[in-house]
Amino acid sequence: MYLASVIVGMALVTFAVRFSFIGLAGRWSLPELVQRGLQFVPVAMLVAITVPDLVFINGSYSFSLANGRVIAALVAAVVAWKTNSVMLTIVIGMLVLFGVQALSGFVG
Amino acid sequence: MDSPRAAFTAGARAFLPLVLGIMPFALVSGVAAVAAGLSVPSALSMSFLVYAGSAQLVALQLLTANAPAVLIVFTALVVNLRFMIYSATLAPSMERNSWFFKALSAYVITDQSYALAMNLALRLPNAAHRAWFHLGAALTMWLLWQVAAMVGIFLGAQVPSDWQLEFTIPLTFIALVVPRIKDRVSGSVALTAAICAALTAALPFKTGLLISLLAAVTVGLALEKRS
Repeated sequence: MYLASVIVGMALVTFAVRFSFIGLAGRWSLPELVQRGLQFVPVAMLVAITVPDLVFINGSYSFSLANGRVIAALVAAVVAWKTNSVMLTIVIGMLVLFGVQALSGFVG
Repeated sequence: MDSPRAAFTAGARAFLPLVLGIMPFALVSGVAAVAAGLSVPSALSMSFLVYAGSAQLVALQLLTANAPAVLIVFTALVVNLRFMIYSATLAPSMERNSWFFKALSAYVITDQSYALAMNLALRLPNAAHRAWFHLGAALTMWLLWQVAAMVGIFLGAQVPSDWQLEFTIPLTFIALVVPRIKDRVSGSVALTAAICAALTAALPFKTGLLISLLAAVTVGLALEKRS
């Protein structure tokens, strides 16, 4: 039920925003402040959703090296900045994560 | 572009250079759905019913954290609000088309189809059948996206769960966000979002996400005004 309501709810709101003005046939326009604010939403949302997943794991903050996610994310950020490639960022990020976890298992 | 059919074909052709750019993202949207614990049928219905990559990835991330359904749907709405601008810009070109045409065109709007339609509008402002050009580009993307997403879903289902494939979701976000940080304003927006999100990570129901979003957008608006 939970998953089904999420998928159906997402489908409805997504179609609603896409159809909004096309359905209204241009009789209404977005307030200017909203339009300007919207340009910051992608960066803000992507960062805000990523950061907790890196530093807050299973209900508590984790900054230890064994975490691996922070290091993998930092390396991935550099790869994304240098190459602009989604694929390379993912592949190298995953490899670093595996590497750090293998190493910390070795040491610890 | 003198006939709807010619405009549709021109749109489909205009999309081809973008294929390589969207394929990895589509593939990841499929892999991530399975990695987040969705069954193959659920992952397929999400891809077909929602068809909005960033919103899907954000929702998957929240699903793995068992966030409330209302919050996930609301977050998807916020991520997709930009489609309202696209809808408003495309609306005049399809005023005379049927409701079915309008509904179908709306369902397949993406960042890419919108960008191609705007590019055409700048180059040939008086071109006839611009709505058909958009539909040609958007339907081509939809088809290729769904094929790649399905490949991702079936690949994801083959991978053992101890590979931690769910980590591909934050990695994808990193790949998408880093190139968008180009100046002082976008840098400050990102930094505000990062600090607020880290500080509010322990709040229940992932409510820290919306707080951080609001704070970061406010910082963006304030800095933009000043410069």
